[in-house]
Amino acid sequence: MSNLLESYAEVTGNAIVDQLRQLATPLRGMKVVHVNSTRVGGGVAEILDKLVPLMCELGIDTSWEIITGESDFYQCTKSFHNGLQGHRIAIPEHLLRAYEETNVRTAEQLRPVLEEADVVFIHDPQPAPLLDLCPDRKGTWIWRCHIDVSHPDRHIWRYLRHFLTNYDASVFSLAGFAQALPHPEYLIPPSIDPLSAKNMELSQDEIEAVQKHFGLDPQRPMILQVSRFDRFKDPLGVIQAFRLAREFTPGLQLVLAGGTASDDPEGEAVYREAENAANHDADIHLLLLPPDAHRTINALQRSADIVLQKSLREGFGLTVTEAMWKGRPVIGGDTGGIRLQVINYHTGFLVNTPEGAALRIRYLLQRPGRATQMGEKARQFVRENFLLTRQLREYLTMILAVRNGGTDRIELS
Amino acid sequence: MTQEQTTTMAPFVIKDCALIALATGKRVQNLKELRDHLEVVPLSSLYYHFWGGHLYPGFEEREYANDLGEWAKHGLHDAALAEKLAIIDPSGFDDLEHMRQALLDVVEHRLEEAGAELWKPADRHFQFIRSQIVVFGTGRTVRHPEQLAEVIPGLSPGSVFYHFIDARQRLPRGEDDFRSWLAPGGERYARLCQGLSSIDPYFNSLSELREQLAALFSSFHGRSTDVEPA
Repeated sequence: MSNLLESYAEVTGNAIVDQLRQLATPLRGMKVVHVNSTRVGGGVAEILDKLVPLMCELGIDTSWEIITGESDFYQCTKSFHNGLQGHRIAIPEHLLRAYEETNVRTAEQLRPVLEEADVVFIHDPQPAPLLDLCPDRKGTWIWRCHIDVSHPDRHIWRYLRHFLTNYDASVFSLAGFAQALPHPEYLIPPSIDPLSAKNMELSQDEIEAVQKHFGLDPQRPMILQVSRFDRFKDPLGVIQAFRLAREFTPGLQLVLAGGTASDDPEGEAVYREAENAANHDADIHLLLLPPDAHRTINALQRSADIVLQKSLREGFGLTVTEAMWKGRPVIGGDTGGIRLQVINYHTGFLVNTPEGAALRIRYLLQRPGRATQMGEKARQFVRENFLLTRQLREYLTMILAVRNGGTDRIELS
Repeated sequence: MTQEQTTTMAPFVIKDCALIALATGKRVQNLKELRDHLEVVPLSSLYYHFWGGHLYPGFEEREYANDLGEWAKHGLHDAALAEKLAIIDPSGFDDLEHMRQALLDVVEHRLEEAGAELWKPADRHFQFIRSQIVVFGTGRTVRHPEQLAEVIPGLSPGSVFYHFIDARQRLPRGEDDFRSWLAPGGERYARLCQGLSSIDPYFNSLSELREQLAALFSSFHGRSTDVEPA
């Protein structure tokens, strides 16, 4: 077994690593290409960062390409993102043109690689038109949607749908996100990498150094939300919940730690809104972190008493998974993939309002024993359901099933 | 049957499995839609909604034993329908197509009773999901029935599912793999097979099933440690 596979086996157990090897055997030597829109920042890039080398370790020739464009392209794809998550948005024609032209340019660069590949994973809407721009493709093309598209803006969905109909399969994180498409639609939640800098064990010295660096008092309780500065993550609602809870827990500290992704043009504006709402409160720490601050985020999550993810819309919420893996109870918005992870009174609480979040913050701070129990359950729940090895097992199963005509039973033994 | 005689049996090959879920695009908002979609969903969808929950660990015991019963109660708030759906157990049918007919009978009967409530919308949708199953080797085989007493406590949940639940859809007469393997032993294993048939997988988690199976084999045989690689 390779070193990488051995490392995973230590965390996840030998059985699933053995299953991965069985699934990879008929795929060995195949060329698989993933395409998304950024190498750093956001959950998709973080997953691919480890998924690609792991697939290579299993003998599958896997590469990762990205689509990049000018600001109009990102404005357009950000509008797609907002529209697919339910905001009613009219996208100007010149932005749609920029989107399509960027895909044409990208296809010119990537066409040889994509047309030769046995399997192509296209992540999210940004590179979706590439399939139709590769007419001599020979492989299986799969569209992987990481977004909550349960209630999309109909105009935007209709526009994007015609780029998707020729795919061989698509993948959604939850059943509620699946939209009518003329091919098999797999339901595969994403995952975290337990060995990554963001999730690995850290020394107490390193955790304390991060607390000191950001002026956090380890003697006082701290709540944390890690997410991009994005309105769907409701940073203003988190600040409101913090203020309500602090009335009953003097000394409470809040950290809102966010990065910006290179494909998100709205991040800075939302950060300013949060800054205004914080209004120089010394116990509200707004941290704009670089995209590679993985160990810092890890240390902050391990420093927190409670982690929040009070999203109003959420594809899956990998920050929830990360916090649970570190044994922290999570208070999450009652939406999207957070519902799969946060189980009331077991791994945390689902909430709908800042008031609801404040109530649960108070509850957990008043009952530290209960919070510890929930954190332990949360870690075990992630171990069983949301680690990278499980996601890869489902991807490989899907590839085999799609390439074998969608059979309901795949016998590897 | 002596141990010498059992060596002529084909070895019991221990397997493992996992399910992968797919959307069907069938979304149900009321009783009539449930009936309409029940008629056409693939059998793999009934498999998923009646057995698939075993492979997705939860924290609380479910009130009703299948997804349709749960939705009838918590989506439609129709407790009577929930009870009638929940009592339907795939083990009681020759195949899932027959079970589909039984489900349709219950829903159609309820529609006749419901009258004006025919279109009453549920609080939440029911999504028909289907599944594909992938079966793995484990590299382990058992040559003698006596060895199962030692092997079963170490089975993964996926192995328990494959041999004790999935087998019921694969084998004639809805047997599990253990009974099917032991059958040639005749009278010697009749009491064990009877014990196996009395373990009801419908209401137990996979870990509970594993405990029950282990206790049954253990009390029948005592323990053995002789497990061979494949």
